[in-house]
Amino acid sequence: MINLRDKGADLWEGWNRPKRITFVFALLVVISLLPFAGNFSFSSFLNTPSASYQDVLVYPIGMFILMALGLNIVVGKSGLLDLGYVAFFAIGAYTDAILTTKTHLNTWQVMPIGIALAMLSGVLLGLPTLRLRGDYLAIVTLGFGEIVRIVILNSSITGGTNGVASIPNPPSVLGQKLDLNHSVNFFWIVLVMILLVIWMIRRFTVRRPGRAWEAIRQDEDVAILMGVPILRYKIWSFSIGAAIGGAAGVIFAAKVLVIAPDMFTFNVSVLILSCVVFGGMGNIWGVVFGATMLAYVPQRIRFITNARELVFGLVLIIVMNLRPDGILPRKKREKLSARKEKSA
Amino acid sequence: MRLEIKDLRVHYGKIEAIKGISFVVNEGEIVTLIGANGAGKTTTLKTISGLRKVSSGQILFDGEDISNVPAHERVDLGISQSPEGRGIFPGMTVLENLEMGKYNRKNRKIEMNEDLEMVYGLFPRLKERAFQAGGTLSGGEQQMLAIGRSLMARPKVLLLDEPSMGLAPQMIANIFRIITQINKQGVTILLVEQNAQQALQRAHRAYILETGNVVKEAKAADLLNDPAVREAYLGTGAH
Ligand SMILES: Nc1ncnc2c1ncn2[C@@H]1O[C@H](COP(=O)(O)OP(=O)(O)OP(=O)(O)O)[C@@H](O)[C@H]1O
Ligand SMILES: [Mg+2]
Repeated sequence: MINLRDKGADLWEGWNRPKRITFVFALLVVISLLPFAGNFSFSSFLNTPSASYQDVLVYPIGMFILMALGLNIVVGKSGLLDLGYVAFFAIGAYTDAILTTKTHLNTWQVMPIGIALAMLSGVLLGLPTLRLRGDYLAIVTLGFGEIVRIVILNSSITGGTNGVASIPNPPSVLGQKLDLNHSVNFFWIVLVMILLVIWMIRRFTVRRPGRAWEAIRQDEDVAILMGVPILRYKIWSFSIGAAIGGAAGVIFAAKVLVIAPDMFTFNVSVLILSCVVFGGMGNIWGVVFGATMLAYVPQRIRFITNARELVFGLVLIIVMNLRPDGILPRKKREKLSARKEKSA
Repeated sequence: MRLEIKDLRVHYGKIEAIKGISFVVNEGEIVTLIGANGAGKTTTLKTISGLRKVSSGQILFDGEDISNVPAHERVDLGISQSPEGRGIFPGMTVLENLEMGKYNRKNRKIEMNEDLEMVYGLFPRLKERAFQAGGTLSGGEQQMLAIGRSLMARPKVLLLDEPSMGLAPQMIANIFRIITQINKQGVTILLVEQNAQQALQRAHRAYILETGNVVKEAKAADLLNDPAVREAYLGTGAH
């Protein structure tokens, strides 16, 4: 089966700098204009039938992409199976909900606090558990996700089952309002966040942390023999992933205005993990694509109502059977070598 | 540099795999540890490099007990292991694997080219395959890569776990020749082998390990002629 990722990489490597810049710029323009696609006849097929298309772009699509990128660092890059990722999203969301309703802080001021709290919980969870391997880690993280949800469900400050309502919208950015009537602006904010995260991940990946994660994923014992302090790098991976989940949570709460514990169930962890696996573990573009599809398609086919999830599930099973490494898998080394040899 | 193992015991759960062994590797030596399957050779090496915990006893490196030094820091001390079954990173290229061998070196940028050339000098095949994925190398090439990679850390003592495993006779001779060459360049070597014939020919001294105990210590050349050893580890001696 053809490897789209390698095809794309081939094309990209063949281009010179101006060509690449033009391409990225054009792509960004198209993506930023996506919220208006529903208004034109040639692109109206993108419209989601029973939900506001512009809202769908922010949630679930934008949120899923952010979370999937964060989880991909943990699962895809470092090979740590985290089944409780939703916990960090919840921590971010509740940090924003509580602080913006109970103090004078606004969303942007809460953002670093939410990220820090998510990271901190990532470290606290990671310190004792990242010594565990494989299945054990999966079980413990699954438990962590549930514990966070149950704590939220049972404390008074989080509003218990009712959750938190009347969460304020973020203050305007560059004179652009961020409220119910301006989903487009939310989309652009989320788009900027996604681009920042991608930029950050790419920087990490080509540097020492990326090498360390890669080594840990491929063979933990050998990584130790190379002198990689594996616990430290696993905790970094965990807390960076957590930070991204937390950031997504903060913006999520500020967008939807009401949050409740049932938005943060185990299902979300599984769905985000599916985005990563479906798109192609370890590859940023695959993950972005996977998250987009898994967030968008169920909204697009809402008209088939009850059978929707069944159809969706079947499609997932079929696709994963045809492409077990995901739609856009991580780069295939043999081809890479061929390319480098050609240019060498 | 002197590596001394004192009364070492290692457990897997309740099973005692190493039952109080002692041995010495002096600077500049090739010492070989010979034993049948399950004798505890790999366990011994893993314990020296820190992958397994010591239950009791000491690992003295230049007189200092390193048994509580974290594994990843033992590389900095000068202990480098080439793991059993080659243990390379299959998804990284040959070059990336070699670079990983220098992961913890403070001067890695300065040393990199020089040491790559040194490894390529020992194993020209690796240079030809520099951009090929480790996992797609042949068994012998993977073995070369594992040894070359462990040299990238500029070790004082090199721990080799069955470098001849699964290789054709010609390749085995080649690998052992290079082991001698590495030793001549000043690297002390602790060599674990089942291929006793080759190991004893190359080593200065040898220890025989049986189910977690050292049962014999001698000059390698003497063991080659020891009838009991020939019987147990060299087959009929028809090699
Ligand atoms: N992870 C493990 N868990 C439990 N027991 C183990 C483990 N690894 C090794 N052992 C046991 O410890 C003993 C020594 O094993 P070790 O791998 O050190 O032998 P070896 O001498 O290297 O053998 P071989 O020549 O087959 O590689 C064996 O009895 C083995 O079954
Ligand atoms: Mg062994």
